[in-house]
Amino acid sequence: MSSRLITRKLRDLALMFGVAPQKPTPADMTEEARELLAFKKSPDERKRRKAAIESERAEAVQSHKWRMIRWASIFAVNGLFVASYWIDLQLVEGALTASRVLGFHFADVNSSLQLMLAHKHVVINLVIGVTTVVLIYAVIGGRTFCSWVCPYHFLSELAEMVHLKLVGKKLVRDHELDRRLRIVMFFVFAVLAFVSGYPLFEAISPVGILSRALTYGTIIGLIWVGLLLLAEIVWSRRLWCRYVCPVGLGYGLAGIVAPVRIKYDATKCLHEGKCRQVCLVPHVLDITKLGFARDVETPIGVDCTRCAMCIDACPTGALTFDIVGLARSGADEKLEEEGT
Amino acid sequence: MKDEEAAAPVAPARSSSRVDEARRRLLRSAALGGVVLCASLLTLLDHRAVEAAPRLRPPGALDEEDFLAACIKCGQCVQVCPVDAIRLSDLDQGIGNGVPYIAARAQACDFSCDATQCVLACPTGALSHLIDAKEQSRMGVARLAAPDACLARKGEGFKGLARGGAFKGHLRYSDIDRWKPQPVASHPYDLATCDLCVRHCPIKDAIELVPVSSDPQDRRRTPVVKDACVGCGVCEMMCPAEPAAIRVDVRVKGRDPGGPKA
Repeated sequence: MSSRLITRKLRDLALMFGVAPQKPTPADMTEEARELLAFKKSPDERKRRKAAIESERAEAVQSHKWRMIRWASIFAVNGLFVASYWIDLQLVEGALTASRVLGFHFADVNSSLQLMLAHKHVVINLVIGVTTVVLIYAVIGGRTFCSWVCPYHFLSELAEMVHLKLVGKKLVRDHELDRRLRIVMFFVFAVLAFVSGYPLFEAISPVGILSRALTYGTIIGLIWVGLLLLAEIVWSRRLWCRYVCPVGLGYGLAGIVAPVRIKYDATKCLHEGKCRQVCLVPHVLDITKLGFARDVETPIGVDCTRCAMCIDACPTGALTFDIVGLARSGADEKLEEEGT
Repeated sequence: MKDEEAAAPVAPARSSSRVDEARRRLLRSAALGGVVLCASLLTLLDHRAVEAAPRLRPPGALDEEDFLAACIKCGQCVQVCPVDAIRLSDLDQGIGNGVPYIAARAQACDFSCDATQCVLACPTGALSHLIDAKEQSRMGVARLAAPDACLARKGEGFKGLARGGAFKGHLRYSDIDRWKPQPVASHPYDLATCDLCVRHCPIKDAIELVPVSSDPQDRRRTPVVKDACVGCGVCEMMCPAEPAAIRVDVRVKGRDPGGPKA
């Protein structure tokens, strides 16, 4: 059973590194999943699902509960940075690249990597800071940083709303890109830092630029951030986070063992695809397509930012937050317990 | 991207349109990657442009190239400075975006903190942790850049506020409060011979006033900068001439206390 878990983790990793999601063969599926799929494909069940979707669309009320909670988190964390300086609160001093939280070193994974490659020194404070941060995100869930902390994510969400409005009016269209670009960018900037001797990505990273603009008032960099947002509005949806930013990769890796994740329950799913329409990284939700789930209950993979927009979007509650060890019994949890 | 769309066949076969879309997607991705890469390389180019006028870095800063590599741009040095001398550069500084500097004329580092707090705050050692006393820093060297503007050289005194009533800078006036820097604008002077640069220098034996002639009646004096000068910029901030008669020449090399590669 534990080999199943390892296979799943490896598949999730491959997915994050750009491999396209694949439809499982019946042999890849658990007995329960096969039975469920056979049941779902029966004409009666198809009819029931169709009726359920129609009635649900008639009374559709879009919930924004998790988005509001998440935005509050983004505001709180970044507010703490600002207040720590401006009203001398001294809880979270620094910026999102590196900080002291209650006196403890915190450091961003990618910023530290860039710096050490450019400087060609192992900076012990950064090793401590990165380790602390990795441990935290290994618990609360890897790319949670992206959607619950990063200030650019917030602006990008607003840009996305405008983008979708314009798409609706057929004024612009979304140009999809290859998400493997992000992996290429990660390595290109790592090599560039080493060769040039400067942490080049840091100069243009909107995460650092925004974090510093908020606390220290360095606003010229906002022009660059504005250009990125503009590109996201008129050209390609969530362009920076989806295709360029290497910051999430480090956190994604940190989150591979994270007990906090979003869980998909295939029994409740009507396969409408509403979750995939709102998702920043829709490839992680490919398992919600009919016939793609290998198990009845599956945790969403490491590239997931736990933004919970899919939970808000899902009308049937097939997607929920799940904490390993705290949740009530489920097929996957048993698997997890045996595996770890 | 519009050209590509226009170039696409009007009614292609299903499979070939999919191939086209895949190719276009790859091209677009390469284009975006190229743009982002160019943007980052532009910051290097920009850096070459601003190199001509280097900025004063906080005490303990490694040599400029190492400093730019080692700074993680978090601003923790900014937060601990008691006189708010340290500011962060912006994107106009290219690769120096987010790196700390000191605009000495507006607010010099007067070492009010005594123990180089910025160095202690730096998580990366971009401000070298080998420094633990103000005398060890090598930020720059003061120079009498405009001798003709110097009041002491003209044998003149100085009466009033050093930098006028609107000046926002602070300085440690130990006789008033050793721990709380006071606004320079709250402190009027009445000096027979202007000696503001020497009077407020926080480093021992870094600068002195030397008589211009051997005539005891001659009140003219000239400030002479000595080897102990660390380039903190207090003299530049306090000089009542406008623009300052004495200014700090920024050191970009040889400021690393541990030698070229600490």
